Amino acid sequence: MLESLIFTIFNGVLYGMLLFMLASGLTLIFGMMGVLNFAHASFYMLGAYFAYQVSVFAGFWAALFLAPLGVALIGALTERYGLRQVHQHGHVAELLFTFGLVYVIEEVVHLVWGRTPVNYQVPEALDFTLFTLFTTDFPAYRAFMLGVAIFMFVGIFLLLTKTRIGQVVQASLSHPDMVGALGHNVPRVFTLVFAFGCALAGLAGVIAGNYFITEPGMAWNMGPIVFVVVVFGGLGSLGGALVGSLIIGLAQTFAVQMTFSIASVLADMGLAISEDAFLSGFWFLELSRIGPMLPYLLLVLMLIFRPRGLMGTRAD
Amino acid sequence: MLEVKGLHAFYGKSHILHGVDMNIGKGEIVSLLGRNGVGRTTTCKSIMGLVEPVGNITYNGEKISGMEPHQIAHRGIGYVPEDRLIFPGLTTRQNLELGMKKSGQEGRWKLDDAYKLFPRLEERAETPAEVLSGGEQQMLTMCRTLMGDPELIMIDEPTEGLAPQIVKQVGEFLEQIASSGMSVLLIEQKLSIALKVSQRLYVMGHGEIVFEGTPSDLEANESVRKEWLEV
Ligand SMILES: Nc1ncnc2c1ncn2[C@@H]1O[C@H](COP(=O)(O)OP(=O)(O)OP(=O)(O)O)[C@@H](O)[C@H]1O
Ligand SMILES: [Mg+2]
Repeated sequence: MLESLIFTIFNGVLYGMLLFMLASGLTLIFGMMGVLNFAHASFYMLGAYFAYQVSVFAGFWAALFLAPLGVALIGALTERYGLRQVHQHGHVAELLFTFGLVYVIEEVVHLVWGRTPVNYQVPEALDFTLFTLFTTDFPAYRAFMLGVAIFMFVGIFLLLTKTRIGQVVQASLSHPDMVGALGHNVPRVFTLVFAFGCALAGLAGVIAGNYFITEPGMAWNMGPIVFVVVVFGGLGSLGGALVGSLIIGLAQTFAVQMTFSIASVLADMGLAISEDAFLSGFWFLELSRIGPMLPYLLLVLMLIFRPRGLMGTRAD
Repeated sequence: MLEVKGLHAFYGKSHILHGVDMNIGKGEIVSLLGRNGVGRTTTCKSIMGLVEPVGNITYNGEKISGMEPHQIAHRGIGYVPEDRLIFPGLTTRQNLELGMKKSGQEGRWKLDDAYKLFPRLEERAETPAEVLSGGEQQMLTMCRTLMGDPELIMIDEPTEGLAPQIVKQVGEFLEQIASSGMSVLLIEQKLSIALKVSQRLYVMGHGEIVFEGTPSDLEANESVRKEWLEV
């Protein structure tokens, strides 16, 4: 019991930090530009594919640096020559633009790498068991993923609070017009933030693509959940994105572990429910099967009872 | 130095400015007066590039209408907005530093000058700016723009809603920057302050300039004051 609890917490935190690498960029982009970027998880997928491609020629370590850079470049071009033009036509146009982008990127991936998963593997240097606690092995690559995620988190925090560009970004979160009137090139800051957010998503793809699977559906698997995190935590709030990531990461990981049903719990308490009782499908449903629904349930409840999210400042 | 000719401005379909003409000379203190909602703020924002200007605006002979706000700021125009727009999450000092156009590059106005003008800002230097009082925020927003070392500063209703003793401080501030040789475009409701500090005044009514002259011209012209200023 203790063993599985420790590992579940560990895995939940790891999954949460991975979510945060996507959620932080998404929420910053929204906070500054008001753009809800539906294609954010597509940049995560691009990161994984770029890493696969680079690692074929130059190995994993080169991919770790080059793939996020490549994604950042594509992000910068997307903002500069796509979003910025569309921006004049309002938020609905922007939303539709990023929505279209999801499909464009997916089709490009189909064309270049095919419809089946590519063989992107954990590097040999990290493919060993770091330690064994009780009876469960803990892979070294998991520790590496966690390390990268924590490193990124500290990096973002220092960048935003200790550097001038970070302060310009923070100021632009509340009054971008005023930042421009003080002489800062706000459109360029937008491009940088967009590219940076894409690079973070790309990096998440690099370290997760080989641990999970690199395939054309991975953007769809990750996209909605990142949206849940960001809305749940409060759109535009980095602190909210962190808390939201960890809560959703832990909640989902725990839910998957719950192999008992309400009926089995009641049976333990001496209240047996017969197989043909009213709504028996519900009573005998394993709670783990609710896991995938849980984040969306939280999202819907949050929107009803606290629309600005846990730590968001916007009322709308 | 600044010349505005036939300036029109729109918010969506509503036509706000109907051909505004005005100019400001080097080192001149000019006030733009008028009742609520006549378009004074919109005039400022059009000059700053925050609202798209239709018409011709030149600054030191260069056409600035159509430029981005940051380009206009780098030409030497500063803007102090009426809603103050303090950056929350940053301290007072960080707000002031963001007024500098390059990191750590102080112009003729230094952090210490801001603290000298308003000692209160130095006391509050490490305080998150969003918890400052209204008067302190007004001091901060004016000094933040000063840090960018503008040649012409546009100040939109700096005394609105402030206690009399802070209004007095703001008045002294205006006299100080005026004596430094900076040009000022002051937007005001309070006729007393405008008459005292400015060399020339414009009165705006319904998106047009309806009067231009010196303070004594305006004091002599009772009909303009009755029709366009008094409530
Ligand atoms: N963002 C906006 N969208 C639509 N209409 C606006 C907007 N901002 C201002 N207006 C309208 O434009 C007109 C001029 O506004 P402006 O803010 O320039 O007036 P003002 O002279 O500065 O008055 P005051 O500051 O006392 O409100 C007003 O009728 C106002 O309702
Ligand atoms: Mg106004």
